[in-house]
Amino acid sequence: MLLEVKNLTTKFYSDQDVNTAVDDVSFEIEEGKTVCIVGESGSGKSITSLSILRLIDKPGRIEGGEIIFKGVDLLKQDIKDMRKIRGKEIAMIFQEPMTSLNPSYTIGFQIDESLKLHQQNLNKKQRYEKVIEALELVSMPNPRDKYHEYPFKLSGGQRQRVMIAMAMACEPSLLIADEPTTALDVTIQAQVLELMRELQEKKGTSILFITHDLGVVYEIADVVVVMYKGHIVEKASAKELFANPKHPYTKALLNSIPIPGKVKRKSHLDTVDDDIDYLQFPKEIR
Amino acid sequence: METITMILEFIKQFKKNKSAVFGFFIILVLVIFAIFAPLIAPHGPIDQDLAKRLIPPLWDEGGHISHILGTDDFGRDLFSRIVYGARISIMIGAISVGISLFFGLIMGIFSGYFGGKVDTLIMRIVDIMLSIPAILLAIVIVSILGPSLFNAMIAIGIVGIPTYARIVRASVLGEREKEYVIASRVNGSSNLRLMFKVILPNCTTPIIVQATMGFASAVLEAAGLSFLGLGAQPPTPEWGAMLADSLQYITTASWMIFYPGLAIFFTVLGFNLVGDGLMDVLDPKLKEK
Repeated sequence: MLLEVKNLTTKFYSDQDVNTAVDDVSFEIEEGKTVCIVGESGSGKSITSLSILRLIDKPGRIEGGEIIFKGVDLLKQDIKDMRKIRGKEIAMIFQEPMTSLNPSYTIGFQIDESLKLHQQNLNKKQRYEKVIEALELVSMPNPRDKYHEYPFKLSGGQRQRVMIAMAMACEPSLLIADEPTTALDVTIQAQVLELMRELQEKKGTSILFITHDLGVVYEIADVVVVMYKGHIVEKASAKELFANPKHPYTKALLNSIPIPGKVKRKSHLDTVDDDIDYLQFPKEIR
Repeated sequence: METITMILEFIKQFKKNKSAVFGFFIILVLVIFAIFAPLIAPHGPIDQDLAKRLIPPLWDEGGHISHILGTDDFGRDLFSRIVYGARISIMIGAISVGISLFFGLIMGIFSGYFGGKVDTLIMRIVDIMLSIPAILLAIVIVSILGPSLFNAMIAIGIVGIPTYARIVRASVLGEREKEYVIASRVNGSSNLRLMFKVILPNCTTPIIVQATMGFASAVLEAAGLSFLGLGAQPPTPEWGAMLADSLQYITTASWMIFYPGLAIFFTVLGFNLVGDGLMDVLDPKLKEK
């Protein structure tokens, strides 16, 4: 097992009250597999991923649980060791490709950054070749020219490719993708998903994929974790979940996907009912 | 290649602003004066010739071709002194802006990046410094250190720190939450790297503008301190000191006070115009207008 998250609890404190963003969450990721966390906004999916990297800032705090990565509990590592794991062992890509690249540096420089930090045995020329390799890996056209370009010259899809190249430069064993396709249009979305799948095949990287788009989940997931208000309400293999959803919330979520031909004109689409507290139902973890 | 096209674009935008170009030429003249002072000035800045005291400028009655702007009460050539004064003014501007920038940058970046108690502590220090009038604070500092041009520069530098600290803090606050900062943190960057290598390059615009304008106010404040006798000491050809020396001749030899004053005026104007121009060019939100 590459990563085991056990009973993770993350809370946010304000003057008045305490908000439990992630409540007693457990799941695991096998080598070379893709786990999807799905859930609506505010269900705690992003906080879960940031907790794994220990990037929760005040007023938030990880209150309990274990995050065992390659046999080591990340919550017990000191800051320096954590920094060595970030980027090298676990990398992350983000939702907004427009703001997730530093506008002041060329893209080559930015991909080079994690190599500089984590592979100090390489010299400048070797690193350059590695950056080009990373750009080729994500099918960037003319990587040698693109090396010297600034992010503002690239399209959204190209930027997301750069982000992936950045994340993959040190060949991490786990890639966390926080809604990487949400801000992209549908064709680019498909390309990026295809790219991630290819990378996974080539490098054997495990992926923790966070999304609210069930269509994407269907495309890419091996295991699906459904989160609701900070809890995991259902956990199952993708096949099983789509064929046979058990938890009422998962059912409601799946029903809310419009299917062409099935939806009658001018009728309402199914929605997830906000008045029901789905936590009253027993959790379905298989 | 990229850099060259960016510079060309910058020049193109800058040229559109006529007053900024005017300011730029003032600065250019100033810099030429400063660099080639020995070639431009017909006389030494402190060469006295008591036989030629208080000669009026060339175009006044009794003016002489060898002293274009006339001479002062010791027979020193006014034009030469003003030309050499450019050197001192540029040095004052550079050193005091350098001091303010260095400390203001560090204070602002720590304050904005860490927030919380660090922020409160640094910003209260800044508030206290800002609550004392700048020139008064400078006078206090100079009287502690003793009057000299160098101490005046230190004083002006210290007085300028809070402005830079605030500006840097504000722009760090704006950049800190952006995703590229988190992305770099995920890559394993340390706090220092994030502060100075990742965030700082994106905060340069307001800093450059403030430094240009700060150059002008540093020149002005130094002239003020020298005028009060707390900065440059005679016979240094500093413009403010020249004003102070010629006070008693204001009715009989007004050129002695007029031309150094004009030099200060144009220098300050030049830097302020360029600062305004830079603000327009570097701020994309204002560019469209």
